[in-house]
Amino acid sequence: MEYNTNFILGCSAIGAGLAVIAGIGPGVGQGIAAGYAASAVGRNPGAKSDVTSTMLLGQAVAETTGLYGLLVAMLLLFVKPLVP
Amino acid sequence: MTGILMAGSAELDFFIHGVFSYELFGQTFWITTTHICMLIVMLVIIAFCVAVNLALKKAGEIPDGLANVAEMIVDALDNMVAGVMGKNAGPFANYIGTIFLFILLSNISGIFGLRPPTADYGVTFPLGIMTFTLITFNKFKYQKVKGVIAGLCDPWPFWAPINLIGDIAVPISLSLRLFANVLSGTVMMALVYGLLSRIAIAWPAVLHVYFDLFSGAIQTYVFCMLTMTYINSAIDG
Repeated sequence: MEYNTNFILGCSAIGAGLAVIAGIGPGVGQGIAAGYAASAVGRNPGAKSDVTSTMLLGQAVAETTGLYGLLVAMLLLFVKPLVP
Repeated sequence: MTGILMAGSAELDFFIHGVFSYELFGQTFWITTTHICMLIVMLVIIAFCVAVNLALKKAGEIPDGLANVAEMIVDALDNMVAGVMGKNAGPFANYIGTIFLFILLSNISGIFGLRPPTADYGVTFPLGIMTFTLITFNKFKYQKVKGVIAGLCDPWPFWAPINLIGDIAVPISLSLRLFANVLSGTVMMALVYGLLSRIAIAWPAVLHVYFDLFSGAIQTYVFCMLTMTYINSAIDG
């Protein structure tokens, strides 16, 4: 069956929107990390700088999966791999 | 222009543009905005190094001015490497310091109106490959071939392909993390300037502080930290 290019572009846009849903995961993960870091600082305020740097490192690593979703969306929107 | 990775657009401008092309061995190559921005970043670093070199030659017993700043930077970087790698820090402090300064300046160059060179996968992937080379080299140097094979067949011998995939995924995930973070900042700024251009007066400075300075510094720290951790675990086995 023959599809036209506009149909493929529209489907790519929908797929890009679906791919960015991956951002939910890192959001939850970063929130959990920040919450535990806050409780750790509350229990031991002296270790604030160590806890903060560890939290930021962990959050940046957890962010990766969401960024993969972003990359897929960018590829679908701008590189247009599905358009023949 | 459309041959360079992404198709161009009139309003949204976060793409890599070709500046001029040249022929080599029958292929057409492009000098792109990435090359030029990276050259500017490198020139800034080199100019700073030359200035510091001159200042250090003149400095006496008590450093002042630029020599003080250079001493502070070197001290901070050395402390960071020593804090993570411990006794293995020696030979790696220079390499980590170099890539730290390069990635940091590349990431925050968006604030000066350049397109950050690290928002191009062609820049971050070689950085990941360099980390991978260091990991593999140190693994073979300190654990010998026997240790490497033993590490590959960690729980059981038939687990080796999965361990191999895990090893190969390291540089890819490292470079994609840096690339996607800087790219997302670049895209957000391009959206603000491209679509809200009528009301984008002064307040995008706040976004620049977050996307360029904060995010760029964190990602630099993460890249260097992970590189050090991987090398450390390759040495210690």
